[in-house]
Amino acid sequence: MVPVADGVVEIIAGKARSKTGPIKLSDKLESLGLESLDVLELAFAIEERFNIEIPFNANNPFEFTTVGELVKAVEGLIAQKTAPA
Amino acid sequence: MNRVVITGLGAVSPIGQTAASYWNALAGGRSGFGPPTIFPTDRLVTKVVAEVRDFVPGDHFDVRQIGFLDRVSQFGVVAAREAIAQSGLSFKEGLGERTAAIIGSGIGGQTTQDDNFRRFYGEGATRVHPLIIPRTMPSAPASQISMFFGIKGPTYAISTACASATHSIGQAFHLVRTGTVTCALAGGCEAQLTQGTMKAWEAMRILAPDTCRPFSADRKGMVLGEGAAILVLEALPHAAARGADILGEIVGFGMSADAGDLTAPDPEGMVRAMNAALADAALAPDAIDYVNAHGTGTTANDATETTALHKTFGDHARRLAVSSTKSMVGHALGAAGALEAVAVIMAIRAGVIPPTMNYLGPDPACDLDYVPNEARRRPIGAALSNSFAFGGLNAVIAMRRFTA
Repeated sequence: MVPVADGVVEIIAGKARSKTGPIKLSDKLESLGLESLDVLELAFAIEERFNIEIPFNANNPFEFTTVGELVKAVEGLIAQKTAPA
Repeated sequence: MNRVVITGLGAVSPIGQTAASYWNALAGGRSGFGPPTIFPTDRLVTKVVAEVRDFVPGDHFDVRQIGFLDRVSQFGVVAAREAIAQSGLSFKEGLGERTAAIIGSGIGGQTTQDDNFRRFYGEGATRVHPLIIPRTMPSAPASQISMFFGIKGPTYAISTACASATHSIGQAFHLVRTGTVTCALAGGCEAQLTQGTMKAWEAMRILAPDTCRPFSADRKGMVLGEGAAILVLEALPHAAARGADILGEIVGFGMSADAGDLTAPDPEGMVRAMNAALADAALAPDAIDYVNAHGTGTTANDATETTALHKTFGDHARRLAVSSTKSMVGHALGAAGALEAVAVIMAIRAGVIPPTMNYLGPDPACDLDYVPNEARRRPIGAALSNSFAFGGLNAVIAMRRFTA
């Protein structure tokens, strides 16, 4: 599932404020300088890219702490969508 | 009570994206009308607008900032930045807490709303951009200006349709005059040009098919515009103490409501607003040299405003220079009064009255001196700027050449 990781990393790279080098799967999301509205835009961009719905509410923020965990969650949502009913 | 002076001007208009270029175009009689480039006209009858063409957000903001800013806020922040730069003020060190930002908008973030609702209703999109709400709210420009420049005092939007900016400047004038704040950013911004809003205006049957010719025979209505203008207002003692270049003085503000028809203008409401501004300024009617008219170019407004000018000024009405700069920039609704206030201050400074362009000849119902088709040199001691909105909401500010 490398394309998913690449896509998510590319989207995060466009939003990250405090990262200069390449983004790694082990990077913590909070270390990338993503502010509250950035997370909303991040979720929107990921939903648009992969045509999925990320079930999160700003009152219960992302439970993933690293880029890798977010990638795994996106992969899970894509799998759910494509699984036979 | 403080005297209230103006120490900075900023403008984004269809005929110039700085206050200086805007003024030069006004004095040169250049109209900014043409087909829109920012939306299609295939389903419209009217194909002429006054658009701020070639406005490039990337020239003013980085990519991240643009995501938070509807076009209306972009216009407002750009105009505010110019006005603040001219004033030489910095809002650090406590002045920000003693500064207000009163920013009018009649509509708010219309292009954001249009784009997203079209996708959602029309194209069946399953999701929409997460920042539509904070981009669209009519107070977004006020908030953005506050955040960009560190304005921490009274900050809010006023929405009174076509009088929004004049009400905003008047309100800010009162806040500075009473000492509630030391400085204020005041003005208005609008960016409502979309195919949907054009259709709605068409349905009212007051849009001109060709051009805007206020007070003229054979006028056919208004041309919709957009833009922003922001003024820096400052208590005179503060401006004088720092040796600021004082551009002009605001001396009076008058308001009224017609409590009558939703859209038809009422001369009595206009008269009461003009009289209130004159009284607030302690100016006799014959002290006024120039009136920047509301002058939309509709049959009803221009005839009614002419009647109101006769009633307010009596015999002096015939000695007034009256012009409508909407003949060049169209009707920018919630930004109109601020663009016009900037025009008045520039006119006072230059001793030049901007013309009413596209004027073909007199209409019996409009029998004043409208400075037709060519700017005129004439010293201006004091002037009024009129804004008369749908819903019968009227606002007039009085300005004067500054003399210590």
